[in-house]
Amino acid sequence: MVWKYGDDINTDMLFPGKYTYTCSTPEEIKPHLLEDLDASFATNVKQGDIIFAGKNFGCGSSREQPVVGLKAVGIKAVIAKSFARIFYRSAINQGLLLIESSEAVEAYSKGDQVTVDADQGIITVGDQQFRFPQLPLEIIAIQQAGGLLPYVRETLKKQK
Amino acid sequence: MGLTFAEKILAQYANEEETVPGQIVTVKPDHLLTHDNTAAIIQKIPDELTTYGIASTELPIIVIDHVVPAASEKTALNHKNIRDFVSKHHIKHFYDVGEGICHQVVVEKGLALPGKILLGSDSHTCSYGAVGAFSSGIDRTEAAALLLTGKTWLKVPQSIKINLENSLSTGVFAKDLILHIIGDISASGATYCSVEYHGDVEQLSIEDRFTIANMGVEMGAKNSVFFVDDKTKQYLLQREIKENAYTPVYADTDASYEQTLSYDLTDVVPMIAKPHTVDNVAPANSLQDIDIQQGLIGTCTNGRLSDLKIAADILKGKQVHRNVRLLVLPASKTILQEALDQGIIQILVKAGAMILPPGCGPCLGAHQGVLSPGERCLSTANRNFKGRMGSKDAEIYLGSPATVAASVITGHITDPREVMN
Repeated sequence: MVWKYGDDINTDMLFPGKYTYTCSTPEEIKPHLLEDLDASFATNVKQGDIIFAGKNFGCGSSREQPVVGLKAVGIKAVIAKSFARIFYRSAINQGLLLIESSEAVEAYSKGDQVTVDADQGIITVGDQQFRFPQLPLEIIAIQQAGGLLPYVRETLKKQK
Repeated sequence: MGLTFAEKILAQYANEEETVPGQIVTVKPDHLLTHDNTAAIIQKIPDELTTYGIASTELPIIVIDHVVPAASEKTALNHKNIRDFVSKHHIKHFYDVGEGICHQVVVEKGLALPGKILLGSDSHTCSYGAVGAFSSGIDRTEAAALLLTGKTWLKVPQSIKINLENSLSTGVFAKDLILHIIGDISASGATYCSVEYHGDVEQLSIEDRFTIANMGVEMGAKNSVFFVDDKTKQYLLQREIKENAYTPVYADTDASYEQTLSYDLTDVVPMIAKPHTVDNVAPANSLQDIDIQQGLIGTCTNGRLSDLKIAADILKGKQVHRNVRLLVLPASKTILQEALDQGIIQILVKAGAMILPPGCGPCLGAHQGVLSPGERCLSTANRNFKGRMGSKDAEIYLGSPATVAASVITGHITDPREVMN
């Protein structure tokens, strides 16, 4: 399933600030995901779903619950025209795939089949294909470890 | 080709001659700031903390400020877990509830200095550019990793040069200027960029610069910086930090910027950010028919002494409108003390204000003045996102402390120049 949202989707829409200091585990986060943006999301989202959005997705707070939550419910990728910086970094840390592609966002119409091939760097929207670039090697190393904390654990173990 | 501030400071910390935008460098920041979220951060790495300990007892700065005093058993337990962690790991820079908002406390304690790098698990960590530091927000997971390793990667940003020309008119403040700029370049106009202020900045007080740097993230910036001048040095000296304690970093005159923007400060008028994005701005005098039920003066954007003072100047001998609640949150205990000494608090309370303890208060909707559906708040905070102060069916407008003070008297959004004489 594909979810589509507009520009400037901020962290309060993705996960309301009032829960920031009471919910931090994936199970606590899931029921409140996108609560003030799309009340149907938390109940209907499925493993492998894709989110399309406009520019500046994830702007606002540094809270990581939106990323942790989207990863936990199995979002395959968020494809947006652009991402806010802390959100982008947070996604690397959690191993959530974010793809910047205005073309793919523009190409999507309701009902189109969408697939993402992360290894090849290809998004398919209906019968159109879009390429996206590989990340720098330093970042790929974090992703390959399964996120920042697994990466740090490996590094610390080697140093010891 | 010369280097921008961001390119130069990141080169220094990475032990490189120079850096270019897009390059990835590994840095050891001088400090890592965390607040109430420290509880969640340390929960991620209990075994690693036992095995490896923390990278350095000097690195972390921990300030409990977001939900203070504790509003529930859960937040109380978070606070307790943080205190236990601080004690067990001998954290040097710890400030408990009541000390103030982290971004104010860090500066008051002399922990943000020119030419230093600070990272923090709070998006408004970009505030310390006000005193010439490179500072930026990160998430909790990265803060956990930094606690253990003391280092992280950073991408060298593109830089935007903002030239400020002339000076602000009477009744117009730093908050109006930054809302004017964000309205112009949009909430994503500086995404990933280092925003570097040039031009006629010497007239802006350090408190003004904090307000402006604080809101850098509201246009997507990675960091937001003012160059060190006599005002910066004087400000630090008042906090007993001598000039030999830091080495300022200045952009080269032939540095290359992705964009250069200029703003004539005489064009700026009292501005309001309307719901639900910070770049949705309009002049205050075009919104006079918007009534409000709550006014908030405080937060890491505008809870400093000059902010409380201008509010008191406007509210002196006046009364808050009967349909309005005015909440005032000094940004730190020091500011509260000074405001008491100067009689500012007395004026505000007499006018009908409620004084909240130094901290983040209702800014993030966790406690102390959340909004019900259908209510409107005019706030000096930095965000007006839907649902941020409680109900998703409430509305948040942002303005300067003067605009909030003027508006709580009339009960509707008011250009402060109408009441300032």
